[in-house]
Amino acid sequence: MTILVIAEHDNASLKGATLNTVSAAAKLGGDVAVLVVGAGSGAAAEAAAKVAGVAKVLVADSAAFAEQQAENVAAQIVAVVQASGGAISHVLAAATTFGKNVLPRVAALLDVAQISEIVGIESPDTFVRPIYAGNALATVKSSDSVKVITVRTTAFEAAGEGGAAAVEQVAAVADLGLSKLVGRELTKSARPELGAAKIIVSGGRGMGSSENYHRVLEPLADKLGAAMGASRAAVDAGYVPNDYQVGQTGKIVAPQLYVAVGISGAIQHLAGMKDSKVIVAINKDPEAPIFQVADYGLVADLFEAVPQLTSAV
Amino acid sequence: MKILVPVKRVVDYNVKVRVKSDGSGVDIANVKMSMNPFDEIAVEEAVRLKEAGVATEVVAVSCGVGACQETLRTAMAIGADRGILVETDADLQPLAVAKLLKALCDREQPQVVICGKQAIDDDANQTGQMLSALMGWPQATFASKVAVGDGKATVTREIDGGLETLEISLPAVVTTDLRLNEPRYATLPNIMKAKKKPLETVKPADLGVDVTPRLTTLKVVEPAKRSAGVMVADVAQLVEKLKNEAKVL
Repeated sequence: MTILVIAEHDNASLKGATLNTVSAAAKLGGDVAVLVVGAGSGAAAEAAAKVAGVAKVLVADSAAFAEQQAENVAAQIVAVVQASGGAISHVLAAATTFGKNVLPRVAALLDVAQISEIVGIESPDTFVRPIYAGNALATVKSSDSVKVITVRTTAFEAAGEGGAAAVEQVAAVADLGLSKLVGRELTKSARPELGAAKIIVSGGRGMGSSENYHRVLEPLADKLGAAMGASRAAVDAGYVPNDYQVGQTGKIVAPQLYVAVGISGAIQHLAGMKDSKVIVAINKDPEAPIFQVADYGLVADLFEAVPQLTSAV
Repeated sequence: MKILVPVKRVVDYNVKVRVKSDGSGVDIANVKMSMNPFDEIAVEEAVRLKEAGVATEVVAVSCGVGACQETLRTAMAIGADRGILVETDADLQPLAVAKLLKALCDREQPQVVICGKQAIDDDANQTGQMLSALMGWPQATFASKVAVGDGKATVTREIDGGLETLEISLPAVVTTDLRLNEPRYATLPNIMKAKKKPLETVKPADLGVDVTPRLTTLKVVEPAKRSAGVMVADVAQLVEKLKNEAKVL
């Protein structure tokens, strides 16, 4: 039994989400192989080989994989699974926008179900996953020969270093030529990524404006070395771009400390952050639902409390 | 150019679902059902493309129980021209829905299929990608901007860390993210008009599709509740607690 983990990478480095996926794979029992589909991705493959618990790294390198569009990447994964002659029992990827884009395609081409965003593993064919925005947890059993799974990274620890896996090249599939990248606009930030941050400072509609959001929250985030997030209300109001959004329709996070400022705590926001270790809520409305999940609640005017907090930490 | 829009009937997004005490699922008896919000965005986008003269016909499709007719009428009230109901009482999973949609795509020959990126009940986020794979078409998921031109579409996608713009050849599947548009409210005259629009009903067997589920739900439970913590009097006490009690600073 081989568990195939699809590496998330930018050719030069391995993304952190891959480490959590390797941990989930290790829980299944069996050999863990990491597949790196990229162009000039040697450095990412070497990084994957050093991850603890990885038995083998497979590399499919082709110019067609430079931008990692779903069509070509999925075709490559299917080719690797089929070439294994039944040895590959599971295909896992992180439930990031990359994994969610590619893996259902793989599942359909293999004529199997996909199991989305698992948060627990009961046995090699039985998994726990959230439904209804995390308001219920379903335990599902798969009857398919190959299990295609996306993994909610916050539910599994990141695998450490210490591996020394062999790196093996595999034949790259032909370019399907269905899709072309026009451009990418990535938010440039010196802050940690939302998904990987230990501390997150998040603002809601209570911030009142984009200017206030940055003026009040940035100094606190700088001092704590925190990532910055936002509620959907703040995104909809145009205070910050959508990739700041924490919630059911944004990012699911579980940092050590989550500071919710001026966030009322709509169900869809709570679905994205309620697994944080410690939650602090600062809101002037004592009835705000956020206080029902907060470890520490402070009813105060955020424009006074946040600067005080910034100078006190 | 024809656009196909699959729409799903789900528990309304304002309803907080309850897990049944026997752990067999969530209780959806007597709760308000609505169109999946992401699908509403998909219908709106298709109708806007028709209004802009890019598309000539918008066909809404729903797979599920007879009551999905209401969802199709809602789509037609927003502006879809006709509806197709694939009627079944079976528990439909994304792979089965993708196969039903493939059969309809083979018959209807749309140039674009616009799907919601995920349904808010099973939160699967699979059907659009699966359909695209089964058709051998390109896909552009999590779209926040769509421009359809001659034989191709340019789609801006919401990805981790920012935005990405793809150019894809048609036919193709696009899935919608929240910020693509704000769906209109259906007006009363349009709701009345929608009642007269054609609605065809077919069965999975008519389409030659086996919809047998691949996943069995063994149990459904409520997640562990987070207990409410304490209220602090001021910032000084908050910092003291974070340092000495929670030890996160």
